[in-house]
Amino acid sequence: MSSSTSPRKKRLSKKQSYEYMTRLGWDTTYQDEKKVHPYLEYEGIKIHDWDAWEDPFRMTMESYWKLQAEKDKKLYSIIDAFAQNNGQKNITDARYVNALKIFLTAVTPIEHNVVSGFANVARQFKGEGATIACQMQAIDELRHYQTQVHTISHYNKYFDGFHDYRTMYDRIWYLSVPKSFADDGSSAGPFEFMIATGFAFEFVLTSLLFVPFMSGAAYNGDMATVTFGFSAQSDESRHMTLGLQAVKFMLEQDADNVPIVQRMMEKQLWRGYRLLSIVSAMMDYMLPNSPTSWAEAVELYIEQNGVALFKDLEKYGIKMPTKILDKIIAEKEHVSHQLWKTLYVHSNATAFHTWIPDEDKMNWLSQKYPNTFDKHYRPILEEYKKKAEKGERYYSEALPCLCQTCQLPLLFTDVMNGKPTVYTHETTEFNGEKFHFCSDECKNIFENEPKKYAQAWLPPYQIFQGNCGGETIPEVLKWYKIENAVDNLDYVGSPDEAMWNKLKNI
Amino acid sequence: MAVKSIGEYPTIMKDSVDKFHGNQLVFIYWHAHFMEGSVKAFALSPDMPFSAIMSDIIPLCYKVEPDFEKLDFDNTEVIWEIDGKVITPDPNKSLKENSIGHKSYIQFTTPALDGKIGA
Repeated sequence: MSSSTSPRKKRLSKKQSYEYMTRLGWDTTYQDEKKVHPYLEYEGIKIHDWDAWEDPFRMTMESYWKLQAEKDKKLYSIIDAFAQNNGQKNITDARYVNALKIFLTAVTPIEHNVVSGFANVARQFKGEGATIACQMQAIDELRHYQTQVHTISHYNKYFDGFHDYRTMYDRIWYLSVPKSFADDGSSAGPFEFMIATGFAFEFVLTSLLFVPFMSGAAYNGDMATVTFGFSAQSDESRHMTLGLQAVKFMLEQDADNVPIVQRMMEKQLWRGYRLLSIVSAMMDYMLPNSPTSWAEAVELYIEQNGVALFKDLEKYGIKMPTKILDKIIAEKEHVSHQLWKTLYVHSNATAFHTWIPDEDKMNWLSQKYPNTFDKHYRPILEEYKKKAEKGERYYSEALPCLCQTCQLPLLFTDVMNGKPTVYTHETTEFNGEKFHFCSDECKNIFENEPKKYAQAWLPPYQIFQGNCGGETIPEVLKWYKIENAVDNLDYVGSPDEAMWNKLKNI
Repeated sequence: MAVKSIGEYPTIMKDSVDKFHGNQLVFIYWHAHFMEGSVKAFALSPDMPFSAIMSDIIPLCYKVEPDFEKLDFDNTEVIWEIDGKVITPDPNKSLKENSIGHKSYIQFTTPALDGKIGA
């Protein structure tokens, strides 16, 4: 770009280049600042000095582009090699792909949602450090989204259930769980969006999702996902830092921010955890070889890392959310089994397959869950197995009652009160109507913002209202774009199984 | 507490009873039975007799339970709770007459059939 009035004589110095390529902050001159940045105050967060936002990862756009381009080159050379060498044949078993189906159909649209979320927050925030960090993260998320779509594209050539992930995200009952989490964050103000995404998604979720799940991918020969994981993980560490920086910035700016941030963190910690519960079933049941159990992941990433994070924030006045952490810890030996049996009985309405674990897997579960598996869950699985062997594989004909906040079915049990076989049920009233919840925590979130959650789009009730193609399972499946007896039902007898057996000459 | 919002935030009742074509949402749970993966939801007519819950709805979601064969509403002791209150329903009266409204939560407990499997 040349200018006729002041031609540049030489290349910009490093210092000048840094200045020009990072200078995005500006003050209003002829407009009221509140009109230009309308979202800064209504959440109640007080910011006195935006320049105090220090981004330790701050780069010039130039060096950022170079770095990311380099990463993409490496990533795509491996993804191409995976595709050309039929890498899908080297996975442990086609059952593994069902974990990928959930991961890719749930997380990919969230990544896309986060692109626009961060672009929006970059516009709404003031201050260069914050704006640039958010813009870079928006671009990172777009890169992650694209690489995930490429992975979908590859697996879609060989396995069922990947064909219309975008429609499915908007319509299928279990995908309303990640969708509601993402929509909740992006329809909040910019500060809560930062906490939902930067803290809950990038901190709590990244550690619990990417680390154990990517090592699971490695254990099961899925090099495409491992490579994506490594490539994304280097961004994730920057994103975690941004999330934490945002939290600390809010806390340092004004003491009045502390209770607001506390509430947002607790809400999003709980929402993030509930969303992740599906990962527990993926890790414990869907990976043919599991490197880590869900309980072990909770021990490492919640009991150790999560607690340490809150301890670090205590000096700002943040209190340890003991009640929530205790509940997560108490539920760690239960949630994967409870999720799996719910997915198992509703496999007639999913875009993936489920199955009864074989004896080796059952024994692994007994060993990893000595207090709960043999006592509560093996007998249930044995009952399902008996029925399946008689040719009566059980599929539920009824729809679940959903939690109004997290949108998971009421499937979690009251382990805190020593009732591991009794579903937890909480209820409240708003505007003359009853609302139901899976937990005290979800009820509290609703009661803080009832107008927001009263308008939640809950799939079973939308089916009953006639908004999902019909009331029968075949009608709803058609509307979901799920092909009956192809994308859904048990793994045993599925086209995926037949294709896999043919590939492996079994 | 209100939603934080720039303008007025509307109250949208997505699942109000007028949207269910004359039916109402009803939730059913057989206490401590968890072969069925969660509490179940139905859209039922408020004029439906309560007896239809026992004859038509409960089998639909609970026939999978090993206890189901032994469940006999004429002879098994059953404690009914509607929205947390213990009641004695009249099977011949309607849901409405038994105080079952939109989004009511019906829980039934059978002390002799406690859901334990393979003990």
